Order: sequence, then C-alpha cells, then structure tokens
Amino acid sequence: MGSRASTLLREEEIEEIKKETGFSHSQITRLYSRFTSLDKGENGTLSREDFQRIPELAINPLGDRIINAFFPEGEDQVNFRGFMRTLAHFRPIEDNEKNKNPTASEPLNSRSNKLLFAFRLYDLDRDDKISRDELLQVLRMMVGVNISDEQLGSIADRTIQEADTNGDSCISFQEFIKASLVEANINNTSFNHLTKKIKILMGAFFINATEANLLNKLA
Amino acid sequence: TSEFNLTDVLFFCRKAMENVVDDDVTKRFSPQKLDSWNLLTRNNHNFCHISLRLKVVWVLGLLLRYGVLLPLRWLRSCLSDKVHLMGCHICVRSLSAIITYHNRQNKPQNDGICVANHTTPIDGIILANDRCYSLVGQLHGGLLGMIQRAMVTSSPHIWFERAEVKDRHLVAKRLIDHVADKTKHPVLIFPEGTCINNTSVMMFRKSSFELGCTIYPVAIKYDPRFGDAFWNSSKFGLVRYLLRTMSSWAIVCSVWYLPPMNRKEGEDAVQFANRVKSVIAAKGGFVDLKWDGGLKRARVKEAFKEEQQELYSRLVVGVSQGADNAASDSAKES
Repeated sequence: MGSRASTLLREEEIEEIKKETGFSHSQITRLYSRFTSLDKGENGTLSREDFQRIPELAINPLGDRIINAFFPEGEDQVNFRGFMRTLAHFRPIEDNEKNKNPTASEPLNSRSNKLLFAFRLYDLDRDDKISRDELLQVLRMMVGVNISDEQLGSIADRTIQEADTNGDSCISFQEFIKASLVEANINNTSFNHLTKKIKILMGAFFINATEANLLNKLA
Repeated sequence: TSEFNLTDVLFFCRKAMENVVDDDVTKRFSPQKLDSWNLLTRNNHNFCHISLRLKVVWVLGLLLRYGVLLPLRWLRSCLSDKVHLMGCHICVRSLSAIITYHNRQNKPQNDGICVANHTTPIDGIILANDRCYSLVGQLHGGLLGMIQRAMVTSSPHIWFERAEVKDRHLVAKRLIDHVADKTKHPVLIFPEGTCINNTSVMMFRKSSFELGCTIYPVAIKYDPRFGDAFWNSSKFGLVRYLLRTMSSWAIVCSVWYLPPMNRKEGEDAVQFANRVKSVIAAKGGFVDLKWDGGLKRARVKEAFKEEQQELYSRLVVGVSQGADNAASDSAKES
C-alpha cells in the first residue's frame, strides 16, 4: 500500500539519517515525502532540473550555486541521503544540543559548517581560497545588472582588503570565519545596517512573517 | 562604506533551503495532502503499510465504493423513478386513497403535457402514483421552497422565480424545451388554475395549448360519499385540509386516461383548449362551463356584459339587415 516500493524508506535508514543529521523521525519522513514529490522521474534521485522546477528557488540569485551544493563532486544526481545531508546544514540549533558530548563529531549545522557551506558557494575550484574573480562572480550573481563593473570591482577590492590578513589577495577559510565574526560583533550602527538590508532583501522576496523561518515548521 | 558582507550569501542560502523544503507553488500541482487518509488509494502518496486492520478497512471501503456507490450513481435516474413511485404509494396509503385507473394504454408519454381537472393538491399525488411527472410552478420560500428545490435534485421539474412568471415567452420556452427532451417526464399542468369542487370543469387557460405539444387529457373523478377531496382554499388552509382528508372515511377516485390530442389545422389555442375540456368533461360526467375558475376570487370582466349588449344590438339592428341581405342574395342568384 505504499508508494514506489523500491524507494520506500526503511526504519534503519531513518535511524542512520537521524544520527548523521540530527533531524527527528517525523522531520525525516516529512522531508522524504517532499523528496519524492520533487522526484518527477521516480528513480529515487533528484536532478538539477527537479530543483529548478521550484519557481521560488529558480528566481533566487544564487539558486544555481545553491542547487549545485546538493550534488557531490561531478555528479548529476543526488539521493535522499545527500539531500538530507545538505539540508542538515540549515537545521536550527536547538538548546539541548549545546550541552552535547564535546568529544562527539561536530554536528552538520554547527556555525563553522554553515560558514563552510557559504565559503564553498564562492570557492568554485575548491582550492580553499576565494580569489577576486570568484568573489566578483558571486557579487555579479547577486546584483544582476544594477551595479557597474567598476563599482562592483571596488566593493570586491575593499572586501578582500578588510578580510585578507596574510596579504595573498585571497580569502582563506580562516579569514572568512574571522570576517564573519566581525560582523557578528554587533555594534548599534552595523546592526541597524544589517536589519535595514534584511528588510530590503525580504521585500524583494515577498516574505511575510509566518514564512520567515520555515524550517522551524518541521519541529 | 560598502554594505556588502561576505556572509550575505547566507541569507540567500536560507531562503533557498526554505524553498527546497516547502514552496508555495509546486505543491499546488499535485493532489492536496490530507491530515488523515480518507481510504482512497489515489490520495495515498506516502502511506506505507500501517496495519492489517487498516488494510481490511480499506478493502471494505473499496468494495463499498465500486460495488454499491458506483452502480447506484449510474442507475440514478432509473432508481430515482422507483423511489418516487414508492414515496407516492406511501402518501396515497396515508390518505387511504383508493384509485382506479382506467384506459392505462393512454397513459401520458415523455413527449407531451398532461392536463387534468383540478380539485385538490392531492391530484398531483394521485396521478404521480402511477408514473412520474414533472411539475410546473412558482418557487416559494420557506418549507415548500425547500421541498421544491430538493425535488429538482432528483428529477427535472420546472420551477419559476416570481419575476419570470410574468414573462410568458420565457415560460413557454422552458416548457417547450422540457417537452422536446424525450428523457424527461411529461409535464403535469392543471389548466383551470384553481381548485373546483369536482362537479364541473371550468375554463382552461390557453397558455399550455399554445405550445404545439401533444396533450394527454386526464379526467379525475372523486366519489363524494367517502370523503370530500375539494380544497376550499378560501375557507381553510392546507393543514386543516389535510386533517379533514385524513380523517374522512376514504378518498375514492377514478382516473381516466384519454387518448392524446393535438391542435388541428386552423384551430386556435382557445378552441383547442375548449375541445380538450369538453372531452374531459364528457368522460368524468362534469358540467362543461366556459366560466373562468379565477372568478372564485375576482370579479367578472366588464367585457362580457359588453358582449351581451353587442349581441342584443345585432339582434335589434340585424333582423332588418338580415332580411335585406337575404333579399339581395336571392336577387343575385337569380
């Protein structure tokens, strides 16, 4: 009485995913249901087209890069495990996790893993450095045609200047983490800048308050 | 200072992940997800085997849907007729009505209008006891309106809104369309327009006879010894009438089905109506009157007095006129 017997989720699999990603049982079954509804080819894997079919994702400026993040190096299909692993980066950190066993391996949704995810969005060639070109590429994707090349170039230069500590004109992962911490050290003015920016960006995506934190709906 | 931060990408990431998990658009193009399964396989994308009990229930549901509900819906119209007849039988028994149908071979067919003399609202039940008819009338409010609307769901009746009643073309068109459809029941009309006490047949309104459809006349005669079926609407209302009827000895009546009639060449609607009326009167032993049943409540038209005056005038003036004409005619012939 189930659907597509060959791709049914078995209890053992659910347990494994739970251990690896930290999602609860019901969250995993709900996400599995979502996975199968996206899987139009009904072969147990998702392709890039399956993701592109989501209109709100297709209009995301970084949509292509983010979709790419789901797929392992050089592959065109992602199975449910891979799907969950990528999603796990954005699972909200729960309070009871903060006191977990410090010897256990770092959870997928830890702050540094989130930052690594963001870092990898820039670093296409996986050389563990964000070059000026790679930064410009992402900037161009986010702003579209609305900012001139010179202006964008100067933004990129300024960013690298501020973040680069070892003088190689590239941003390594450590420098990336440090730069994000700077932003996190919120003083009043930069916090206002941040909220203003978020409000503008939110407006562009037509978010309403209830939609804002969708992942929490699974809880 | 530039507003750009390296971690701005995280905003887009978060939005993208939210959309991967759930988006507003793609879920509209597949069946709606239900909170709890409604036992239809077409709705169970991700319901795996849960328990044997549920499977048994599902199988029972399947048998019910394919074995009972599906055939019922197919046979709806044929069953609906049977149900109606059964309902009428029950009504008839409750009135202790003893009905004798004569000349059943002339029973109205689906392609015409059935007309009968009108004595009581029960006439409809008496006739509907033998076959199903489509009723015509004005839509009421309240309980009667509710019943009317309920009736329409099972077989096509012709109910008019109050405003439409005035529009004769609309009424005529709807009737003609209904009669033209051979699958619909014959229309039942009482052309007298009001209840008469079953001793005479009064003027038939010509509107039903203008349509050019086949008319099936029916005569209904009640035996007054066992109970008075006549509803004197000016004296008491429907409820009291039913009480009186149900407390009589019985309602004994005879129904004669008369052969179908069509309008002849050169005959207008009024003449046709009168012809039908006289046939019914003859069969039922009623007095055939030209007077309008509406005279129960309204005054007679002045035009009739004027008609009398005109007739008399012709007599007075026309006697000499007639003699002159006869003389001139005979002069011409010779």
